[in-house]
Amino acid sequence: MGKQLVVDPKKCVSCRTCELVCSFQHNEEFNPRLSNVSVFYYEKECITVPLMCMQCDEASCAAICPTGALSRNAEGVVEHNADKCIVCKMCVSACPLGNVSYSPAKRKIFKCDMCGGETMCAQYCPTGAISVVDPTDVPSKKQLAADKMMAAVEEVSA
Amino acid sequence: MAQAKGWMGTILRVNLTEGTITKEPLNMQDANDYVGARGLGTKYYCNEVDPKVEPLAPENKLIFMTGPLTGTAATSAGRYEVVSKAPLTGIIGAANSGGHFGPELKYAGYDGIIFEGKAEKPVYLLILDDQVELLDAGDLWGQGVHEVTEALEAKHGSVRVSTIGTPGERGVLFAGVMNDKNRAAGRGGMGAVMGSKNLKAVVVRGTGGVKVARPKEFMDEITKARTMLCEHPVTGEGLGALGTEILVNIVNEVGGLPLRNGRDGAYWDEADSTSGERLVDTYLVKNQGCFGCTIACGRVTKIEGRGDLDGLGEGPEYEAGWSYGAACGVTDLGAIVKANFICNEQGMDPITLGATIACAMELSEMGAIPEEDIGFPLRFGDAEAMVKLTQMTADGEGFGQILGLGSYRMAEKYGHPELSMSAKKQEMPAYDGRAIQGIGLEYATSNRGGCHVRGYMISPEVLGIPLKMDPLETEGKGALLKTFQDLTALCDSTGICLFTTFGIGLPEIAGMYREAVGSDESDEEILLKGERIWNLEKRFNIQAGVEKDTLPPRLLREALPSGPAKGKVSQLQTMLADYYAERGWTADGDPTPEKLEELNLSY
Repeated sequence: MGKQLVVDPKKCVSCRTCELVCSFQHNEEFNPRLSNVSVFYYEKECITVPLMCMQCDEASCAAICPTGALSRNAEGVVEHNADKCIVCKMCVSACPLGNVSYSPAKRKIFKCDMCGGETMCAQYCPTGAISVVDPTDVPSKKQLAADKMMAAVEEVSA
Repeated sequence: MAQAKGWMGTILRVNLTEGTITKEPLNMQDANDYVGARGLGTKYYCNEVDPKVEPLAPENKLIFMTGPLTGTAATSAGRYEVVSKAPLTGIIGAANSGGHFGPELKYAGYDGIIFEGKAEKPVYLLILDDQVELLDAGDLWGQGVHEVTEALEAKHGSVRVSTIGTPGERGVLFAGVMNDKNRAAGRGGMGAVMGSKNLKAVVVRGTGGVKVARPKEFMDEITKARTMLCEHPVTGEGLGALGTEILVNIVNEVGGLPLRNGRDGAYWDEADSTSGERLVDTYLVKNQGCFGCTIACGRVTKIEGRGDLDGLGEGPEYEAGWSYGAACGVTDLGAIVKANFICNEQGMDPITLGATIACAMELSEMGAIPEEDIGFPLRFGDAEAMVKLTQMTADGEGFGQILGLGSYRMAEKYGHPELSMSAKKQEMPAYDGRAIQGIGLEYATSNRGGCHVRGYMISPEVLGIPLKMDPLETEGKGALLKTFQDLTALCDSTGICLFTTFGIGLPEIAGMYREAVGSDESDEEILLKGERIWNLEKRFNIQAGVEKDTLPPRLLREALPSGPAKGKVSQLQTMLADYYAERGWTADGDPTPEKLEELNLSY
């Protein structure tokens, strides 16, 4: 099983570097609208959320694709094969997270492919708001919760 | 023909009098010689406008210009420049802003916009890729920056907005052009020029992209530069954690924080009450980055539970924290944050306005301004009055109309122009030229009047970057300032943020520039473009009738009363002679024909 992208909105500073390097990696131009990752800024709440394909185990995009252009590779990444794609855009509708996109300018479907292992968004994120984890490792959030509980128990029993 | 890389290749020319919009090819010769943004915008301006033009007349032009790195993943490359003759100073005005507006303009397919003439009634420019039109702004006129931005976003969807508040409409001489709500092309009054043209806003959505000449080499260069910024203590840690307000205690420790309009020296025992550390403890919600920025010095701040002061916004930066803090002798950080909010919401330069209020406080304490002119007693340290006067200036109410002229014209009106802490009528920011000699020289020689980002001598003199210089010494300052002025002119013109120069230098800036545009020029040849830009600005200023390079008499004659720099005055004349010699100018500070020839700038 491959790696997994994890986002931490608390660390995001809204710089959108992820959008830049992602679009450049896949299109050789800096164009946020061709990026597989998108950044959403909530001004009143002061929170920013970067969002990209989570490589669902039950991938709606692949299930609905009539030509088999979307399929899971050995790394667990749902890949898009442009040669098989007829650009029917069913996958765009099917993804419940909106993480498959269509570019009218380029007339193509695009989604996160984990950059073939060199995940640019995580690599260039200046704050670690996007990171790559190995899902077989102990989930880091669980570890943090355990740390907190340990600290609380320690305080009470002190 | 293949498009030159780094550029979009098209300039928009908008004639507001005629209501016409034309697209013309970018002048590539000038783009190569003047880099972009500040340099290229100034070159276009100088090509087309009479230096004697009245800044707020229809004959003046207003230029928005991006750089070849703007919109790329180069370090903090979200900048654009607003260029015109500045109404505050009467010389060249070039004000630079971050956020996300500049990149969006390039994604729409344009390197810059030239505004000419004056619209009959208020309009805004809408750019949706190829579709460009002037639309009625009647319902937006009279509204503030945040309201206008929200209204235009609601109307046009996912767009970036650059706009003015009501001070810009009324010709307040330090009104700024604001983009993404809180980012400012702040100094010199570019917003007043925009308002004089009946141009309320520029709205952009771009769906295209920016290409670079040598993609792989470009990524190598930006990766190296980004890594250096992340690993540098100032850009990788200090500015993100504490913002530019990190400087309050640092500058105060060298005795260089001008106190109460500089009247009481430059060392303040209450400085910490206005510091970046205190801001983190009190009003900071989080830090924020501009486009593509690893530094993220921006402050998202919120005031709660303080009644009229309550609000959500950004800032202050160190210089606004000083103008509303030490300069006014105010220790209430909430009032400082609030005054800065008002400046952002209405589009005013908080450095000039805070410093103008400080000047009014001194004049009022002397009895030079009658209390009936202001409407209430005004003394240093009065936080409530400070916030009130800021709002009155934003609204054009009562004494606010006088403050809207800036400190020089106000102080002159009351018989004491010498008490305006300005150079060429623009207020000097938060560093004292007596305690930090090089910054005094920088203020005196800056091509846009009193300004800290035309060289930033604080780097060597206070922070020790790239080398440590004694702030009290004068030797070597002229030579270093010359290099810093040229380098900052280059940096601004590429489209990257000046703050990157804390962590990277000429090799990295030149490296990114080369790979973006496909140049094989050496570092030195690229730095020479910075010198060319500086001399172009200087030449324009001379033709416009610039005043001589000097400082307020206070800095030249009144010795600092306390702190580490006690007893010091600015030794400007000594440094000026060195500086002019380094520049290859005459002893009077005029570029020689030989120098202009060398830079391909001969008349």
